[in-house]
Amino acid sequence: MLSILRTIWYVFLHSFQKRITVQYPEQKPYLAPRYRGRIILSRDPDGGERCVACNLCAVACPVGCIALQATEDKNGRRYPEFFRINFSRCIFCGYCEEACPTYAIQLTPDFEIGEFHRKNLVYEKEDLLINGPGKHPGYNFWQIAGVKIGGKDKGEAAHEAAPVDVHTLLP
Amino acid sequence: MTSPHPILSILGVAIVALSIAAFLIWVERRLLALWQDRYGPNRVGPFGLLQVAADSIKIFMKEDWIPPFVDRPVFILAPAIVFVTVLMSFAVLPVAPGIIVSDLSVGLLFFLAMSSLGVYSVVLAGWSSNNKYALLGGLRAAAQMLSYEVFMGLSLMGVVLLAGTFSLPAIVEAQRTIWFVIPQFPGFVLFLIAGLAETRRIPFDLPEAESELVAGYHSEYSGMKFGMFFVGEYMGVSLISAMISVLFFGGWLGPVLPGVVWFFLKMFSFIAFFVLVRAALPRPRFDQLMSWGWKVMLPLALINLLATGAAVLAWR
Repeated sequence: MLSILRTIWYVFLHSFQKRITVQYPEQKPYLAPRYRGRIILSRDPDGGERCVACNLCAVACPVGCIALQATEDKNGRRYPEFFRINFSRCIFCGYCEEACPTYAIQLTPDFEIGEFHRKNLVYEKEDLLINGPGKHPGYNFWQIAGVKIGGKDKGEAAHEAAPVDVHTLLP
Repeated sequence: MTSPHPILSILGVAIVALSIAAFLIWVERRLLALWQDRYGPNRVGPFGLLQVAADSIKIFMKEDWIPPFVDRPVFILAPAIVFVTVLMSFAVLPVAPGIIVSDLSVGLLFFLAMSSLGVYSVVLAGWSSNNKYALLGGLRAAAQMLSYEVFMGLSLMGVVLLAGTFSLPAIVEAQRTIWFVIPQFPGFVLFLIAGLAETRRIPFDLPEAESELVAGYHSEYSGMKFGMFFVGEYMGVSLISAMISVLFFGGWLGPVLPGVVWFFLKMFSFIAFFVLVRAALPRPRFDQLMSWGWKVMLPLALINLLATGAAVLAWR
């Protein structure tokens, strides 16, 4: 009997406690920097697309919501001809970001992508591309990859050493 | 005794009772939220007050579906009974001096009779639904409400002994010197518990028991028929709260403020208490409920009645 009154009293004391509800549209919740929200495609510090259209993200995607077509520009750089993410299927698992060898695809702390029509949730490359390097400033795949592309031979980039001439290593 | 035209006062009481019941939907959700550190409905209108309007529009628009397997006439009748009996009880409720639909000399008995008739609604709803969960709910309601009815009446007899009348305005007037909650404290506690059981509120909501019986006796109801049970329950809560304030806390009596304000103040504090109890307490087992009612509350009510009777005999 006494415990019942005690319970009622303790519940009553909650009238003076702070409410924990986040008043969402007016008051935004804190999202961690690594929050897995809307997916973007980032760019190199020099403004080129990071994506090399290797298809690893599309393979890693458990729901198959990523579609892309690889092509090459005149310098021999691979890039996606189209890059399409269907956000009505995406489960925001982040596997694409983990699979990406060039830090091109990244998940951002933004979840407010609701739409009234399902087809508006299909994002094309121009919707996905942002004008910055995202979470990895300063990273430039082509400058450290050691790959020869038009305008840059092997070993000419900032962090590359010139390739060793194997004939000089002969005994 | 009644100063306004009887039709006017009937309409007034019915409208006020109904709007309080509708308003209570919002009050209960906000208060429960307060005690669970949430906000509750606060989006529609100022403080979410128009939630009431949104809810009623929704429930009126819903399909009023009668399942093919039910006992049709009884199924339709059952929600009306709960509504009618509770509204009838409001007729004898003295809000302020002269503001009462009908000052019956046996007003208290009338109230008890009407709240007993309310059992029919629940039992018939459970029976006519032709659904085992509904039937179990109806059976539970019958057993629970009948056994709590017994000491509910007995717990009020102390008040009747002290006031010497069954008329509710006269009972309020008899509390000019001292509120009956002080000489009749056991009676007040017993009536409070019986009132909780009578309105099927949460510690005693075994007839509904959504964790065991789907929704108990109103499992098969939808649309406004369900709404009638819902509003009937809230009207029952406000009726019991009003009765507690009339019988034990001096109704409209109070300093400075006008009587009507005092009445509603007392009534709403008891409604808030009912919600607080709902926020705090779990549901007992059914055998606990029954043995608690018959083995503890009934003897206590009888002892209280005997002691009050002896005291009244000794002092008069």
